[in-house]
Amino acid sequence: MSILSDAMQIAVEEVSRISEWIKNNVFQEFKRRGGVIGVSGGIDSAVVLALSARALENNKVIALFMPEKDSSPDSQALAAEVAAQFGVELVINEISPTLTALGCYDYMAEAIKQIYPDYESNQDKVKLVLPDNLLEKPSLNVFSLVLMRNGRPELRKILSPHAYLGIVAASNMKQRVRMLSLYYHAEKHNYAVIGTANKNEHDQGFFVKYGDGGADLQPIRHLYKSQVYQLARYLGVPQGIIQRTPTTDTYSAGSTQEEFYFRVPFDLLDKIWLGMNRGMSADTIAKDLDLTVEQVRRVIADLMQKKRTTEYLRTIPLSLSS
Amino acid sequence: MSEIENRILQFLAENFVLSEQVEQLGFDESFLENGMIDSTGILELVFFVEDQFGIQIDTSEVLPENFDSINCLAAYIRRKQDLQ
Repeated sequence: MSILSDAMQIAVEEVSRISEWIKNNVFQEFKRRGGVIGVSGGIDSAVVLALSARALENNKVIALFMPEKDSSPDSQALAAEVAAQFGVELVINEISPTLTALGCYDYMAEAIKQIYPDYESNQDKVKLVLPDNLLEKPSLNVFSLVLMRNGRPELRKILSPHAYLGIVAASNMKQRVRMLSLYYHAEKHNYAVIGTANKNEHDQGFFVKYGDGGADLQPIRHLYKSQVYQLARYLGVPQGIIQRTPTTDTYSAGSTQEEFYFRVPFDLLDKIWLGMNRGMSADTIAKDLDLTVEQVRRVIADLMQKKRTTEYLRTIPLSLSS
Repeated sequence: MSEIENRILQFLAENFVLSEQVEQLGFDESFLENGMIDSTGILELVFFVEDQFGIQIDTSEVLPENFDSINCLAAYIRRKQDLQ
């Protein structure tokens, strides 16, 4: 095993440490009587649900599933399975009517039509993607819009800045409506909202400010995605969730997190990042992971760039001192 | 300074930095390393080049060697213009 593979392993005691932390913060610090977790059928929310059920007792936890019309049809069954596995009540709140009323889908279609004027929301599927694997090519993070329609080849075009901002602003409404719903259920029960962001999402800016970034505590924010998988195995998260490819579950064509944002398989990305955080040289990391120094430097540059340019997302409202 | 560099500087001043900062910007200074360009900024640069210089850009050409400084970008635009 490589040095970095070994260093990425977390002890099973991490489960108790996080559970205690959740319990102390929810009950002692925030004086809440339980927790609400937004579940998506993905690995992060499954792990947070399992940890919360262990920390707070399962009858003081609500799993809130909030699908909308672009959500994957598989998500609901997986969300129900994980809630059942940990004995937690599942509440389903379909948010498409709210998003429709807010104009989310119309705004989205309007922005997409700037790139594909013949776009039809009832027959076409779209997704945002970055260039393929960063390990193979040093291309910059330029977003393209992929359009899929039955019976014709997939189309892919670089987005205009105006269309890109329009699509992001519209799709971010989904996460913000979910936060609103989470806080409704939390306040109704005097519970806290327990967030599901991991280290990759938080530090590299893969979240929506005041959307999925809006929570009272974030128990897995210190963990690399690879470590979240380790916890999932310790906790007995259903195999269907562990084996599912992480997706954004935001765009109709179902983009994976790797093609939408991270550009490198989590297994390698996390080890390179860990090596960088431990002060290892690019040369040492490359040897340890059987990569070229150029590949490691490229991934590190991308990590640093994403951290730098998303600082705004992690900044709380600024104010002057009196 | 040629017209291409001038137009790039003008674009940067209008979109990315305060106009007085443009004078301090080195022609080989990395847009990425100085934090000037994010994911929206890259798209703005691509759109600017396509729109202002009539060049069609493929995703595979959006590389640091073509887009990461004033000199890189100007050289890329000249190469593309020569091919047209």
